[in-house]
Amino acid sequence: MSAIVASAAQPRPRPGQSIFRHHVVRAVISISVFILLWELGSRLKAPWVGEVPPPSVVLDTWIPLLTDQGYWYSWYQSSRRVLSGFLAAMIIGIPFGLAMATSRVFHDLTFPVFEILRPIPPLAWVPAAIIFWPTQELSIGFVIFLGAIFTIMLNVIGGARSIDVRFFQAARSMGSSNWDIFRRIVLPGVLPSIVVGCEVGIGITWNVVVAAEMISGGGGAIQSSAGGGLGFFIWNSYIGFSYPHIVVGMISIGIAGYISSAIIRRLGLYVTPWLRVR
Amino acid sequence: MNARGDMATKGAIRIQNVDKMYYAREGAVQAVSDCSLDIRAGEICMIVGPSGCGKTTLLNAIAGFHDITGGAIYLDGEMLCGPDRPKADPGPDRVVVFQNGALFPWKTNLENVAFGPVVQGRLTKAQANEKARGMMADAGLVGVEHNYPGEVSSGMRRRVEIVRALMNDPKVLLLDEPFRALDSLTKSVMHEALLEIYYKNKVTIFFITHDLEEAIFLGHRVAIMTTRPCKPKKILDVDIPHPRDYSVLTSPRFRSLMEETVNAVHEEAVKAFEAGEKEM
Amino acid sequence: MANVIRATSAGEIGAWDMFTYRVSKWVRSPTPYLMLVGFMLFFGAWFLLSEVFRFWRFASLPGPRQVLIEWFNPNPVYGMSLYTPDYYVHVWSSLRRVLYAFVISTGLGVPFGLFLGWSKTFREFTFPVFETLRPIPVLAWVPLAIVMFRGEETPVIFLTTLASFYATALNTMLGVQSIDEAYPRAAACLGASKWQIFRHIIIPGALPFIFTGLQISVGVAWFSLVAAEMVSGEYGLGYLINTSYVNVQYPVILIGMISVGIVGYASSALVRLAGDYLMQWRVRELALGAGR
Repeated sequence: MSAIVASAAQPRPRPGQSIFRHHVVRAVISISVFILLWELGSRLKAPWVGEVPPPSVVLDTWIPLLTDQGYWYSWYQSSRRVLSGFLAAMIIGIPFGLAMATSRVFHDLTFPVFEILRPIPPLAWVPAAIIFWPTQELSIGFVIFLGAIFTIMLNVIGGARSIDVRFFQAARSMGSSNWDIFRRIVLPGVLPSIVVGCEVGIGITWNVVVAAEMISGGGGAIQSSAGGGLGFFIWNSYIGFSYPHIVVGMISIGIAGYISSAIIRRLGLYVTPWLRVR
Repeated sequence: MNARGDMATKGAIRIQNVDKMYYAREGAVQAVSDCSLDIRAGEICMIVGPSGCGKTTLLNAIAGFHDITGGAIYLDGEMLCGPDRPKADPGPDRVVVFQNGALFPWKTNLENVAFGPVVQGRLTKAQANEKARGMMADAGLVGVEHNYPGEVSSGMRRRVEIVRALMNDPKVLLLDEPFRALDSLTKSVMHEALLEIYYKNKVTIFFITHDLEEAIFLGHRVAIMTTRPCKPKKILDVDIPHPRDYSVLTSPRFRSLMEETVNAVHEEAVKAFEAGEKEM
Repeated sequence: MANVIRATSAGEIGAWDMFTYRVSKWVRSPTPYLMLVGFMLFFGAWFLLSEVFRFWRFASLPGPRQVLIEWFNPNPVYGMSLYTPDYYVHVWSSLRRVLYAFVISTGLGVPFGLFLGWSKTFREFTFPVFETLRPIPVLAWVPLAIVMFRGEETPVIFLTTLASFYATALNTMLGVQSIDEAYPRAAACLGASKWQIFRHIIIPGALPFIFTGLQISVGVAWFSLVAAEMVSGEYGLGYLINTSYVNVQYPVILIGMISVGIVGYASSALVRLAGDYLMQWRVRELALGAGR
């Protein structure tokens, strides 16, 4: 992060400076103010915010749920879908992307189709997926897969292209074969971009899972029996007019999404130790 | 080109017992310790030292980018920074030319050069452009006014940046290894170009470099600094008369000056190398 | 074929000559032909599997020929083609919503992002809330948005705006932070005030990242819009895709999908072109091979 004009960035306030300058204190203050405004706005029936249940009610609704098995089962269902769809996207997307980046022929053959399919939002595929795949789970899985794969592939291709050409030259001058170069230059070089692609992709994946669960739970016109998961939980709460549960569901998904992003970031740092800048 | 009235008191810098301590992640780092140096008005003062020794910190303190934790710095008798005021305000009396160049890539060369007087409100845009064209022509930069910095060579970019600085009639020109990224052929041409510009605009020049030859060639005086923490180790008076040109490089006097100082510099360089310090 | 690149008297190569040279080089490489082959393989396979062989589940999918015939049909079987006004009602509905959302999210997101990057105080007080809300997937807001904002249009536009806002603000902030600290410093010693630095250095300096963010935000807007339309809405391409599934008008599903793809791609390209226009200096710099 570059310091703008003024003094060099001091990582923490020097001894003697006001405690209000500490960034953690400021974060706590701002989040508390936010919750306070939410509570007040909700109770005082402010426009828009007045329709939202206040945080105190949300908390009251949430605590009994923490011991409810159904609630945690929803967590499990959504997470399972996210994980399987995302893994599938990685398993196919990374090799595909690498092939596109390294082989001119492969790239030219697949590029037009890739570019044509990419702008179609994943959720637009839902009806087509339902028609095609025999089960609901498979169609949801397919849509999730599509959502993540384009991002991952884009990042893989971009990452492979941005590897400094001098690394290749250095390797060749030391006698590396093509396979060696692939294994020791391309793969590690592309790893940071794969990690970034995964971070973005997991956000998209959660969006798709939530939407798919809401749609299959009766949102919109597509009805089905299968379902469950946190998205379904939210939609169900909406249909059943239990608005505090909606907010509980939203926050739950937010937490789940945050945890998955954090896991990816951790794993990412683990496989790219050279990026841990001092 | 500038009518400088009383040259003798314009641009004299006094660095007095300056300390600078950084709070980095690994703890406190003493970049500068009890450093004192007097720079005369209108002279070219070269600051030589190994990379990472803290010379840039001194420059940043004078320019007003960092604060100091002890001592004081005066410009023509007025305090820039000191005990009551740890950080100076950056200003057009002390313009910096940066190591990797800081010409604004999204403005044309002419817009860059005219930038200073325009934002200060001292000249209208038309007046500034005219003055800029004139000064650029003086520096041998014709025909590139409407190019963007990214379109011209690095040597040209440096010259544009120096002209941009001089447009503001500064008292001091602070140069932070400005020619470091240039190849040695371009560098030697730039040296002569800088001197030419200097002879037309007598500003005080505070020039940081790690190149001893460059220092002796350009400077009136050369201050050799120790490794971190930074302090003047030896100050050399370069008594080769101005105006100078590249033939000076092979003169006997030049060679003897090099001999006098090369040991001092090398000693500090070895210390810095062994300490393995990362550049700040 | 002799390729003559004529230099102007100043030693520069004209843009048109560069362009024709590049095109002629491209045509002589295997690239365009391989692309054609890839394209045809895909559509060929789709066609064969769904219309000719009717292989497994592909039998229920409409094939490309069916879709194209319907799409270009002046008298479409299912009432939706390039010739029916209803089609354009749907396209325009979606486009209009994306436009509103994009304008609002850019108008709010860019200044917000600029301040986030520029002022440490502002960032430390505001970013935590921003980051806390961000992990909640935008589509999880759908029911709450319906509850909060009465009516059909507002929730959809809110959701689309929210998604775009995140992308724009974040990328703008990154753009400001990516500015080399030498630039604001140089401006300061040239006598610029804080606001002048903001106007002359920060804004132009962050522009490349801002435009990357805007391209992402357009993509994200379409993503959220289609989803929101499928769940709640009247008119619009997402709605069209949904209802044509329910009404068993399968070719229309595909028409809807393709239309979304085209409009989405065009809007992204427009943003990119606008960026190229505003950042002439960067285009020229990159053309000369500089890496900055």
